[in-house]
Amino acid sequence: MIRAARGSLLSIEHLQAPEILALLKLARRMNPLKPRPLLRGKRVVLLFYEPSTRTRTSFEIASKSLGAITTLVQSSGSSIEKGESLLDTGYTLRAIGADAIVVRHPLAGAPHLLAAHLDIPVINAGDGMHEHPSQALLDAYTILRHKKTLKGLQVAIIGDIYHSRVARSAIHLLSKFGVKIILCGPPELLPDVATTLASGVRLTRHLEEAVRGTDVIMLLRMQKERLAGVKIRIQDYIARYQTTLARLKLAKRDAIVMHPGPIIRGLELTGEVADCPQSKIVDEVRNGVPTRMAILARALGKAR
Amino acid sequence: MAQDKSKSPGSLLIKGGRLIDPAARIDAPMDVLVRGGRVAEIAPPSKIRGGADEKFDARDLIVAPGFIDLHVHLREPGQGHKETIATGTAAAAAGGFTSVCCMPNTSPIVDSPEWVAWLRQPERGALVNLFPIAAATRSSKGAVLTDFDALQRAGAVAITDDGKPILDDEVMRDALRHGAEINLAVVQHAEDTRATEGCSMNDGPTAFRLGLRGMKASAEASIVDRDVQFAQQFPGARLHVAHLSTADALKSVRRGKRSKPRVTCEVTPHHFTLTDEAVGEYDSNFKMNPPLRSASDREAILVALADGTVDAIATDHAPHALHEKQVEFERAPFGITGLETALGLAITRLHRQQKIPLIRIVELFTSGPARVFDLRGRGSLARGNFADVTIFDPRKRWTFEAAKSRSKSKNTPFDGWQLTGKVLATIVAGEVVYRSE
Repeated sequence: MIRAARGSLLSIEHLQAPEILALLKLARRMNPLKPRPLLRGKRVVLLFYEPSTRTRTSFEIASKSLGAITTLVQSSGSSIEKGESLLDTGYTLRAIGADAIVVRHPLAGAPHLLAAHLDIPVINAGDGMHEHPSQALLDAYTILRHKKTLKGLQVAIIGDIYHSRVARSAIHLLSKFGVKIILCGPPELLPDVATTLASGVRLTRHLEEAVRGTDVIMLLRMQKERLAGVKIRIQDYIARYQTTLARLKLAKRDAIVMHPGPIIRGLELTGEVADCPQSKIVDEVRNGVPTRMAILARALGKAR
Repeated sequence: MAQDKSKSPGSLLIKGGRLIDPAARIDAPMDVLVRGGRVAEIAPPSKIRGGADEKFDARDLIVAPGFIDLHVHLREPGQGHKETIATGTAAAAAGGFTSVCCMPNTSPIVDSPEWVAWLRQPERGALVNLFPIAAATRSSKGAVLTDFDALQRAGAVAITDDGKPILDDEVMRDALRHGAEINLAVVQHAEDTRATEGCSMNDGPTAFRLGLRGMKASAEASIVDRDVQFAQQFPGARLHVAHLSTADALKSVRRGKRSKPRVTCEVTPHHFTLTDEAVGEYDSNFKMNPPLRSASDREAILVALADGTVDAIATDHAPHALHEKQVEFERAPFGITGLETALGLAITRLHRQQKIPLIRIVELFTSGPARVFDLRGRGSLARGNFADVTIFDPRKRWTFEAAKSRSKSKNTPFDGWQLTGKVLATIVAGEVVYRSE
């Protein structure tokens, strides 16, 4: 195991259920419209090696809502372009006075490398195909706004699961609370090995089977940037795996539709599904802020 | 060691040990007298008359032919910040290896007789015997064969494009055919790189969990299978499968051996010791190519080590500097060091846990590898052979500390491991080149 500084958030896999519940509870007490200076004077560095809209801005707004100072470091326009290693960049940011680093990186395990060598909390904002812990937490937060409890729920996760860090984090989180998880997608995007990730995970190649009677539908974008070598006929994919209003009717009447974004209308879902009352896609984005406030408050020791 | 100047010069008597010499079918208490760099006499305890300049007390120890490692990367020319011939062979000596065969994927690639000769020059400071393996194709680009004949005359013991495979069917067939003409083994790094692009570990649950792209076992097995078929087309062709790591590839090797005794293979200590689960949380000291495989692959390898299918244990010693390994897992270079832990792992895992007899383990380090590359006069302590001797204590428990490694690099997955079985002395041509404190 990596010996990371207290307050780090590298993965959902290694979080205990009570820690997750504590974070969710804390998130419910956070209100970005009522700033609390819990992190006044703290410096949060947002280290982004990959493009991002919602994760980056919501971590930034979350930090500022808590009174912290933020700095954005991106791979272009920094010494990273000149060939500085991840570790040296980390040491540099630490020396400048970072109190915590929020890192987004295209390579799996990058946050672990930083955390293993730095004495400040490292927060994983998405690493390659590995995990996206804050997304899983905000998704759990969102589900719990609509469902009493996670236990006993049925959740269908549909689409490009192989390339998805969101899926891995969500599966770990939901599994820890006894959720029945059904994965659905073509073999190229959902290998059989996916069911070994956690307990309570099933797999089907038929969308109808995945959706029937489910409480939550989580959709994933096909990650064109990570598709290297995978050959998928888009028209076939749409025919078999697109979530339409007709398919959504197979789910429970109060089922909700979720998507981490960015959504591609007309591919993994129709525009009607994205905009229907059951869709909570915009809520998820909104819930990202209090969830990330909780993560930052925990990271910098102001969790109480 | 006792000194007696009146006796014949350059002689050493290794007394009181248990000699295990698989090629000579000896596993018995024997004294060994070496003189002038050669084995002079082997006899039961206290039967050797006359004295020697020096004596080595080998009571309670195993005396074996010097170990031979068919697969090391010594990084010279060009990558002296990772390892040099001097530091790499010092690590070899500490691991009991009296001969190492070094891979040509250096900078530049060893694809000319001049570079082969350069490797063998005394200025390189090799502490043990160094046998270069030369590139099979120019710059190891896989297109145009090198001049095998000239490379062999310069001292190359085999040819390979190690680090990458020879993928092109025509080129591989030509390599085997030319190799057959001059009795030179073609060493293949069996990996269909068209199927492993962007992969950094074995395909399976751990790779999925970590979000890493996985190399399928089939990418190794398909190349081994093809190569065995090609080798069968040319009488006298010699195919050696480097660092074999999968159960499926073993099936092809077995088939090849049934019809073609010159198909050989080696296995590394890390592949018989670890599985892909050991990658843990992106520890790049567990990243090598071929990668650590599944438990069932390791099981098949253990069977093949016991039943004789595997010809040699080879380390694939692949040193890298700390700053090269301390990067994002997918960006880290493949390879780990292995010379100093090979025997300890073999005794601990193969002998003590798997109950493989010591004589078979010694075979895998000595006569087995000597046969693979036809290293004449080595791999056995028959009278007249080179006086390369490894003396070890199969019961000695010790802890491997990477910081104390003689290798220039410390990229080992076995730092802090408790092992049983330790090399106590390494003798090359009658000279003690390593002695454990």
